[in-house]
Amino acid sequence: MGMTMTQKILAAHAGLDTVTAGQLIEAKLDVVMANDITGPMALPIFREMADRVFDQDKVVLVPDHFTPNKDIKSAENSKAIREFAREQGLTWYFEQGKSGVEHAILPEAGVVAAGECIIGADSHTCTYGALGAFSTGVGTTDIATGMATGQLWFKVPGAMKFVLRGKPGPYVSGKDIIIHIIGRIGVDGALYKSMEFTGDGIAALSMDDRFTMANMAIEAGAKNGIFPVDDSARKYLEEHTRKAYQVYEADEDAVYDEVIEIDLSEVRPTVAFPHLPGNAKTIDEIEAMEPVRIQQVVIGSCTNGRMEDMRRAAAILKGHTVHPDVRVMVIPATQKIYKQCIKEGLLDIFVDAGCAVNTPSCGPCMGGHMGVMAAGERCVSTTNRNFVGRMGHVDSLIYLASPEVAAASAIAGCIANPEKVGDR
Amino acid sequence: MKALGHVFKYGDNVDTDVIIPARYLNSFDAEELASHAMADIDPEFVDKVRPGDLIVANKNFGCGSSREHAPLCLKTAGVSCVIAETFARIFYRNAINIGLPIIECPEAARGIEAGDEVEVDFDSGKIFNRTKGTEFKGQPFPEFMQKLIAAGGLVKYTLANKDR
Repeated sequence: MGMTMTQKILAAHAGLDTVTAGQLIEAKLDVVMANDITGPMALPIFREMADRVFDQDKVVLVPDHFTPNKDIKSAENSKAIREFAREQGLTWYFEQGKSGVEHAILPEAGVVAAGECIIGADSHTCTYGALGAFSTGVGTTDIATGMATGQLWFKVPGAMKFVLRGKPGPYVSGKDIIIHIIGRIGVDGALYKSMEFTGDGIAALSMDDRFTMANMAIEAGAKNGIFPVDDSARKYLEEHTRKAYQVYEADEDAVYDEVIEIDLSEVRPTVAFPHLPGNAKTIDEIEAMEPVRIQQVVIGSCTNGRMEDMRRAAAILKGHTVHPDVRVMVIPATQKIYKQCIKEGLLDIFVDAGCAVNTPSCGPCMGGHMGVMAAGERCVSTTNRNFVGRMGHVDSLIYLASPEVAAASAIAGCIANPEKVGDR
Repeated sequence: MKALGHVFKYGDNVDTDVIIPARYLNSFDAEELASHAMADIDPEFVDKVRPGDLIVANKNFGCGSSREHAPLCLKTAGVSCVIAETFARIFYRNAINIGLPIIECPEAARGIEAGDEVEVDFDSGKIFNRTKGTEFKGQPFPEFMQKLIAAGGLVKYTLANKDR
């Protein structure tokens, strides 16, 4: 019986010739990552098991959630992982000013590569599936164990195959496609499974589109999302990492629980309404409704804070001004992206339009800081979750959208169609 | 091992943001986290919960963030068991790793209401609704997970295997 791409990576890391869905295995880990929320909590658990990390090159710490530190407790937490990184001599510790949002900085800095088995104490660790890695989010005890031993138990997942065909329209990006998919299968539609993306439509997706899509696999309940390693992925890897990487392909007779075909040319700009990422509505449905007035827009995060996202948002905002009732936070996800935005004149566009441009951070995404909402407020956000209270007050509302829809909405003061804003 | 208590009942997709909102995540002190458990879905929960009480929910309990603070705050608040139709996968792992008993049982999730007095026998997987006099059978854990639980969680299991 054939194996899926994910199963092949897991088999290789467990030292097995084959694995099947449901099998429990222990796999070796290539990267073990934690942040300033999950990392500090892991340290005392780690110390119960070991004095030294299993490999200084493979344990990675990224303070990004409550940084720049929002309060004293957060500062103490960041300090704890900073000191731990020094004490252990970790190769990869990303300090503010040289860093960014974890799932943007790790691929950019070449820490993660194709064919690897990666865990992160953050649910959006599934992002690195865009590079053809098996990559999944775990909790604190799991991450502490991974830091100490370099291995972890996994239940081998079954898989859903998504066959992508055609090309997306000019105002449709990875975000619209993944919200469309979650809308179709539901927020537990891929529970415990892999989402394996295939098909000739993948060639039409940029790496940034793929990062966005793999990032949100967890929002369908998936264990991981994964893309094949094609020419674009190879080019990205060659430009970003010095690691030797391994390319795995699904067997032709791999078993899938379900196969879903998607014609990318039919996907419309799509927004997830409160309070679930699967509560998808197309821009056409939204235009037929009463306007949804908004007070805030967030453009950034591990989902949509990459260079292409900045360019797409800027292309819409150029020459326009933000609606008087709206405040906009633009958050480039890494320092490198921030600098590239300066170079390309995008910061001028954002600031001239009336946006606040913030330093790389998870910031408002999880209601941490830098854009927390009051009761009754509504936000169009390029982030990944619109749960009750996620960005502040329990009575605030989050609408998940692409950078283009977010930018168009910032101008209009309500959820708006980027196709109708103008120059691209 | 057994659990016995009254039930707090919730619906589908109870996410970790409502179990323990991010504004409290600048601490990982279990007692402090427990004082905010279920804050954004049921603000009265922390005042009403008694040691041994159970949570029963429908599909995809614990979806969202990887924060282990979520099962930890429930356990520390006194919750003896969570029964759901299904659990989100990271919550499932985290609960096992910290020793919060969880059981997947769609029939029980449907047949138990808020306030019911429920008894769970973890060895047999039997769930008995004392209020209604109905009985359900939960999914048994795979053998490996039973070993993890018997060892007292992942840390103790890892230490025991290191010595071997």
